[in-house]
Amino acid sequence: MNAILTATMRSTRAELLRMRRWPAVWVTLGAWAALALMFGYVFGYLAYKTGDNSFSNEGESMSSVLRDLMPISVPDVLLQGMPMFGGALMMVLGAIVAGSGYGWGTWKTVFTQGPSRSAAVAGSLVATTVYVVGTVLFTLVLYAGVSLAIAVSEGQHVVWPSAGSVLESVLAGVLVLEMWALAGFALGTLARGPALSVGLGLVWALVVENLLRGVGSLLGAVEALTHVLPGTAAGSLVGSLIGVDAGGGTPGVVDAISGTQAAWTVLAYVVALPLLSIALVRRRDVA
Amino acid sequence: MTELMVQTDGLTKRYGSGDHRRLAVDSVSMTVRRGEVYGFLGPNGAGKTTTLRMMLGLVRPTAGSVSVLGRPAGRPEVTARVGALVEGPGFYPFLTGRDNLLVMARYRGLPERVVDAALERVDLADRGDDRFKSYSLGMKQRLGVASALMGDPNLIVLDEPTNGLDPAGMADMRALIVALARGGQTVLLSSHLLAEVQEICDRVGVIDNGRLLRESTVADLRGSASLRLRAEPVDRALAVAMRVAGDDGVRVLGDELVLELPATAAPGLVRDLVAARVDVHEVASRERTLEEVFFEMTTTHRNDETEEALR
Repeated sequence: MNAILTATMRSTRAELLRMRRWPAVWVTLGAWAALALMFGYVFGYLAYKTGDNSFSNEGESMSSVLRDLMPISVPDVLLQGMPMFGGALMMVLGAIVAGSGYGWGTWKTVFTQGPSRSAAVAGSLVATTVYVVGTVLFTLVLYAGVSLAIAVSEGQHVVWPSAGSVLESVLAGVLVLEMWALAGFALGTLARGPALSVGLGLVWALVVENLLRGVGSLLGAVEALTHVLPGTAAGSLVGSLIGVDAGGGTPGVVDAISGTQAAWTVLAYVVALPLLSIALVRRRDVA
Repeated sequence: MTELMVQTDGLTKRYGSGDHRRLAVDSVSMTVRRGEVYGFLGPNGAGKTTTLRMMLGLVRPTAGSVSVLGRPAGRPEVTARVGALVEGPGFYPFLTGRDNLLVMARYRGLPERVVDAALERVDLADRGDDRFKSYSLGMKQRLGVASALMGDPNLIVLDEPTNGLDPAGMADMRALIVALARGGQTVLLSSHLLAEVQEICDRVGVIDNGRLLRESTVADLRGSASLRLRAEPVDRALAVAMRVAGDDGVRVLGDELVLELPATAAPGLVRDLVAARVDVHEVASRERTLEEVFFEMTTTHRNDETEEALR
């Protein structure tokens, strides 16, 4: 047992090093930060300042737009982009971490270093998780700073959210992003390359699940199926925490299943997907 | 510790299924002893790399077994003591050479200082901070060897290590391998370059079409030396030669005679020829190259197969 832990630790340290120096990782995370900032604050703030009725504030009064930009709303804003855009980018991250090594031959090199395949893959998964958690925490700090700046510049009284609501959001965010990252990792492992897995994963997360939910409203069997799919679970988990706007609101945020059921479903994926990846890698011949 | 560093028994790998089955490695039984440089010799596609992959636990054998350092191949405690470069170097293109080795050192649980020593050893110290993707083929190959050397493993497996190296680089690589063996490390080296194997290997295994044709020392494989003679008149020279080397010891090869005699027999032979009033134009001692042996071996093997197929 100790030997496995040591090997996993070594693998984690190695993976953290190569991910830290990998431009593609920072491009992916940078894309998330830019998107999160724009959809979380920039558009809302511009709408508030100009008083336009843009797409992101349709039907909302200006005071509710301003409320969304205040520190008190940080836990909600943190989660709103995660089921879909955040998830898609984390899926890219997982897929490139797992998939690229087959084309480069680096998994072959890694598997001859000493750690067992399980330990090596576990290390890679742990390192990916470190990046996911870091992303959520970084986003939280970024949002807190931006919302504080807006509150101060607009002369608003600064009210911070409760520690409990922040913790709840962070946990849900980590769970959702981690599930997508692990799904990407499993896809990258399955396809032995980043391109196909990223492509298929994105089509699934961004398009197919939405279409299925549309069909599901007509067909009971399809609806039952969508209730166990990752996108629906992630969207419902977030929807149960931040509420679902009438008329759709934020893409990907839904209320198809209860928050509890959604949390358990996401958790089940978080447990099952890494086991699938490890099982796949253990069995295969590595060229 | 065991004296047999690698032992395979009936090792077989079959790819594909149904009508598209292909036997890549066909019941190969070979042994690599401690402290030797073992040359694994065969043309491209003969099954060398697949055999090495099975020894490293990268590929699961269809049948047979392989043990490395006395244990089943691919176990963590085995791979930790084996350094390998198989089928081209596999490194992260975006990392520098040094960072690539640093990542592998972390996987192995080695301290960072082994990285600089390894770079030094393959002459890459001054290019260590350049990205792997900017390396030439030869530099990539050398980085692969550097990675295999880290942590002084008991067994070093190098698959075509001189691939992509220029003549000077090849000579350096050979010198490095010889130095490793002197330092007590066992080296298993695959190659399709016979000259290379001939120069540095203690024993060789010859593989073709997935089958191990022969395994022996280089000297045994090449057989004894012979003398080549050009003299006139040929009929009188032949008579003398047959008297000295025996009736079966002489072959006529164009205008030359090939005598199965060691080089030390040359002075006596020349004396006899001169006494018989034969004009001696040239006497040379001649060793069969591994190349000749090899082609002899692989072509007869193929001919046998063709005949079998025709029957």
